[in-house]
Amino acid sequence: MAETVWLFIGLLGVLTLASAIATMLTWKSRRTADVLPSTLVNLNSRIKAWWIMIGGISVAFLFGKQGVILLFAFVSFAALREYVTLTHTRRGDHHILIGMFLVIIPIQYYLLWIEWYGLYSIFVPVYCFLAMPALTAISGDTERFLERVSEQQWGIMLSVYCISHVPALLTLPIPGFEGKGLLLIAFLIATVQGSDVLQYVFGKLFGKHKVAPKISPSKTWEGLIGGIISASLLGASLAWLTPFTVIQAGLMAGLACIMGFFGGLVASAIKRDRGVKDWGHMIEGHGGMLDRADSLIFAAPVFFHIVRYFWVP
Amino acid sequence: MNLKAMMRRSCAMLLAGLARGITGVRPIWQGCSPSDRQRIYFANHCSHGDFILLSSSLPPRERERTRAVAGADYWKRNKLRHILAKDLLNTVLVDRNWVERADDPMVIMLDALAQDSSLIVFPEGTRNMTEEPLLRFRSGLYNLALARPDVELVPCWIENMSRVLPKGAFLPVPLLCRVVFGTPVVLEPNEDRKDFLARARQSLLDLSPERQKVLNHG
Repeated sequence: MAETVWLFIGLLGVLTLASAIATMLTWKSRRTADVLPSTLVNLNSRIKAWWIMIGGISVAFLFGKQGVILLFAFVSFAALREYVTLTHTRRGDHHILIGMFLVIIPIQYYLLWIEWYGLYSIFVPVYCFLAMPALTAISGDTERFLERVSEQQWGIMLSVYCISHVPALLTLPIPGFEGKGLLLIAFLIATVQGSDVLQYVFGKLFGKHKVAPKISPSKTWEGLIGGIISASLLGASLAWLTPFTVIQAGLMAGLACIMGFFGGLVASAIKRDRGVKDWGHMIEGHGGMLDRADSLIFAAPVFFHIVRYFWVP
Repeated sequence: MNLKAMMRRSCAMLLAGLARGITGVRPIWQGCSPSDRQRIYFANHCSHGDFILLSSSLPPRERERTRAVAGADYWKRNKLRHILAKDLLNTVLVDRNWVERADDPMVIMLDALAQDSSLIVFPEGTRNMTEEPLLRFRSGLYNLALARPDVELVPCWIENMSRVLPKGAFLPVPLLCRVVFGTPVVLEPNEDRKDFLARARQSLLDLSPERQKVLNHG
């Protein structure tokens, strides 16, 4: 597919450019100061991690649908692990917790694999929603029951259900776009993650007015607006990956970015409540898997359903 | 290298890999750094996974010389367990039963130290199943400190392992774990057994997340 080749050439170009700029900044800073400023250290490790992440996603894409489903099953596993670590669990929850990892994740992704939309879209919000509190009740421990059950529900919805809507894009039969689902995933990831980076850059350069000072000091109106506009332009320029027109691609990208912003905001609120800065340490410079995936979690299901409503007959 | 040593080594590597894969365990060297000095690591004990997690957090060379001290009454209860503990995990088995024990645990532990091993000990003596963060310490730690003042006593707080693999559970829940290494505890001249044990216990307890929060915020 010519599109795939162009996509990878473009990605390599952007990453190489980022690495070159970071190397230049590092070199310049080394000449004047002995210690690198922490922003620069962080920038360097972030870019390094991006190389690894893009490498991982590329390998998954090489294996097609199966590769992407396995990749996102792993993302779900890592995200759920970080989430549950921060929640309140009790001895009696042990079996439910194991079930979340060993039963719910495999079933959800298996249903995607066999493309059974009717079940994978309700398996978590209907069946797991009811089964988990029932099993918790059977275990007999009622201490902080509502809190424990709600936290489990949230974890499964965020880390498994929402994330699984990224590979679910592969199952949409869009007329004239058969066999190109991977490109739609690439579009979603590129615009959402691109908007994260662009919001960060605009925030660092022009950020003054905080959106929610109590939740996150790094989210500013300047960063948000600059990020959304630039990411919409990015989306419009990537319209050739999608079944959308240029305008539609821009709007879809803008929408994905706004959802992504809310995802980041909610994740920050949870982290603040639990008194941690990052979800984990899996990805050097970024924090944990959830720190990287929070925007995708909110963007993916909405993106999926809009595409399904307007583009699938 | 003989067959047993090779099996031991691959078993240790496998367990360390498994521990990392499931818990993503990270060592936090808060009060000391990894070193070649002979050490006794003493830690809180809630789960069978504890010593695997602790030894996985050590640098490979240190991991190889470090042996865990475990209760013989538990690990000798059947043949399989015994082989696992003795041959594969290379643990130092000591009898916890005061009345019927044949060998003095102190002699066995000092023997292992004399062979230049580092040790992992759980001074609570058993897995802590209470709501208390840490039980009272048994006196073994004091006797070791008295007999081998040259060996560093390092407190290690194992975080979350009790949630990963609680007592009686067979399958682990994948949760992120940390092992926090504190400042080595030194026996003061003329320090009373009770005082020393209380001080060692407090130094370990101070590494727990709850206490760290209090210590860091006044």
